[in-house]
Amino acid sequence: MTWAGKILRVNLTQGTIKSEPLNMQWAREYIGQRGLATKYFVEEVDAKVDPLSPENKIIYATGPLTGTMASTGGRYSVITKGALTGAIACSNSGGYFGAELKMAGWDMIIVEGKSPKPVYLYIENDKAELRDASALWGKTVWETEPWIKNHHQDPLIRVSSIGRAGENGVMYAAVVNDLHRAAGRSGVGTVMGSKNLKAIAVRGTKGVGNVRDPKAFMAAVNAGKKVLHDNAVTGQGLPKYGTQVLMNVINEIGALPTRNHRDVQFEGAKDISGEAMHEPRKTDGKPNLVTNQACFGCTIACGRISKIDETHFSVENKPQYWGASGGLEYEAAWALGSANGVNDLEALTYANFICNEDGMDPITFGATVGAVMELYDMGLLTKEQLGVEAPFGSAKALTYFAEITARGEGFGKELALGSKRLTAKYGHPELSMSVKGQEFPAYDSRGIQGMGLAYATSNRGACHLRGYTVASEVLGIPVKTDPLVTEGKPELVKAFQDATAVFDSAGICLFTSFAWTLADVQPQLAAACLEEFTMDNLNTIGERIWNMERDYNNRAGFTAKDDTLPPRLLQEPAKTGPAKGLTNKLPEMLPRYYELRGWTPEGTLKPETRARLGL
Amino acid sequence: MQKSLHIDPDKCTGCLQCEMACSYENYGLFNTSKSRIKVFDFHETGRKVPYTCTQCDEAWCLHACPVEAIKLDAATGAKIVLDNVCVGCKVCTIACPFGTVNYVADTGKVQKCDLCGGEPACAEACPTGAITYVDASWTGLSRMQQWADKLGNQNAAA
Repeated sequence: MTWAGKILRVNLTQGTIKSEPLNMQWAREYIGQRGLATKYFVEEVDAKVDPLSPENKIIYATGPLTGTMASTGGRYSVITKGALTGAIACSNSGGYFGAELKMAGWDMIIVEGKSPKPVYLYIENDKAELRDASALWGKTVWETEPWIKNHHQDPLIRVSSIGRAGENGVMYAAVVNDLHRAAGRSGVGTVMGSKNLKAIAVRGTKGVGNVRDPKAFMAAVNAGKKVLHDNAVTGQGLPKYGTQVLMNVINEIGALPTRNHRDVQFEGAKDISGEAMHEPRKTDGKPNLVTNQACFGCTIACGRISKIDETHFSVENKPQYWGASGGLEYEAAWALGSANGVNDLEALTYANFICNEDGMDPITFGATVGAVMELYDMGLLTKEQLGVEAPFGSAKALTYFAEITARGEGFGKELALGSKRLTAKYGHPELSMSVKGQEFPAYDSRGIQGMGLAYATSNRGACHLRGYTVASEVLGIPVKTDPLVTEGKPELVKAFQDATAVFDSAGICLFTSFAWTLADVQPQLAAACLEEFTMDNLNTIGERIWNMERDYNNRAGFTAKDDTLPPRLLQEPAKTGPAKGLTNKLPEMLPRYYELRGWTPEGTLKPETRARLGL
Repeated sequence: MQKSLHIDPDKCTGCLQCEMACSYENYGLFNTSKSRIKVFDFHETGRKVPYTCTQCDEAWCLHACPVEAIKLDAATGAKIVLDNVCVGCKVCTIACPFGTVNYVADTGKVQKCDLCGGEPACAEACPTGAITYVDASWTGLSRMQQWADKLGNQNAAA
């Protein structure tokens, strides 16, 4: 077990709240979190719905391992139809909020409709109520959390909220909890804002029990912790450098997208790397990195806590940014840095703070700035339009853009659109480095061929967290494959996609998969939940979840034509590095992938696939 | 040998495995709100500090209790709460200078760290060595060693 067995249904239009029993049949078939919440979502929400209409719903879901001692068991996901993409969205976050929700006795919260005025949801165990948030509207994430804790005189409350980005319709607004942990992608925060829901505040004192076989569970948990501890990546690399351990590695193999993917290597990579975050600054003799931090239950602790140089131009006379807070993860360092050719570590940290404070996805924000800088470089956007000179490499432009976007000031209104809508508006849609409207993360698929297929077929648009074949193609986890060839990649992508769906549905962090395979997760899930969670069954469940998401996207209007990459990656060869001369060979991989998936050449589920997976 | 919990905040990552282990040991539940050890996250500095009872020799809680519900466990040196004697008057929570004995509304009793009878679950669960269970007379040993290394362990030939 370890499902709480209850879901909270909140209708914002009517102002009603009710408790429902969890559908246990679905829990057996979809586990929890990503899988289970998506099942609820696709059953309840028409695929054609406008993401920003009251008819869209937004679900905050935990997994059965959330709130247990399973390492990293503190995750929750936000599931909705994405504002940025119009596809199924599922954004995963750590911190402490997810475990608190579970300890309050809820597996998930389904939010429907739209409130006539700003509200926040306050949950104290079984008690849940909507509270007036008019005093909070316009406030940042960093103001909202302390306000709620002070208002309820309870510092132990955990808060998940939107900042000004979510309120002001930035299309890639995030939902942020614990000040700097985010359900970041696809505009899930935009949907939350469209419903006038400012925050969810939870205090849970009931705890998580109901473990099927406690002795076997603790043995499996301890075995899992040992594997993470003994592994070089999860035991040493990630605690010391965070995900930023990748910056120099990916640059060396020629897969670090640079200047809106014009280049695949960044001359400034070393300046913004995990190693650089440890180096004492010339100005104050202190390193950018203060310490590492774990999320709830996590024995890896890859999180970065950074402090900006007080003399840096970005924070001069702004003491509110002088304290320590969430620092650069690899994705943010890439998107704010090399995607724009900016190598100023302090400027990137500042832009990252703003993304946390205002609640926006640094990947899409940074990649959108990259597209704007290219348009500026081509003479299609000017200083007069932008409010600043914006050549590639300008830290001043980056920090200025970060400040004006969530506030909706000046050109910030355009940046708020994301790169797809923005580049289309200025007549160059091919400059948007995105799939299904969502911008790429930090791996250039010319240098890591499998990632091209993973991006093209990702159900939430371009994403590294749906099929991270980088693990195999670059890091050799669990086996090394050649990143420059396409052979075997359809099989690899499918295997990663299906396994990832299980990790995401269990309540644990995907980063455990640097050391764990599904075989390390299975004993924990089986001991905690159900004996029937065998390896075979979990593999089928992963595949079922993937196909359910795909099917929803198909009904939303996505077709095989959307399983593609921008022309730059398919036609412009990499200029330097090991992948020099290569484009991504997506056409070599896609037909085989469809075949493996049991899809038609049009990319839809064949009847026998549906039948086999019970869809 | 008497042992005591030793806390090194520099090593704490804020994962709360200790809080879950504590509640699991005492309630059979993963429930950080029932933990007798709490990790404080000082966001502005990035410091995470686990904090629990130090098992004072002259324990204020023990002396303040009007019904003698707090006893010394001679084997471990822990001051332990006898649930069947405690009347929930909370005087010990006022007497404790450190706040480490607290009332539990669900049970109507107070709770505090009892060192798990000599095998503290928090120390066992801590993944980084921020919480250890060491010789009570030598809690400074590792810090002494660090300074000895810094100040005395130079290459004599240099």
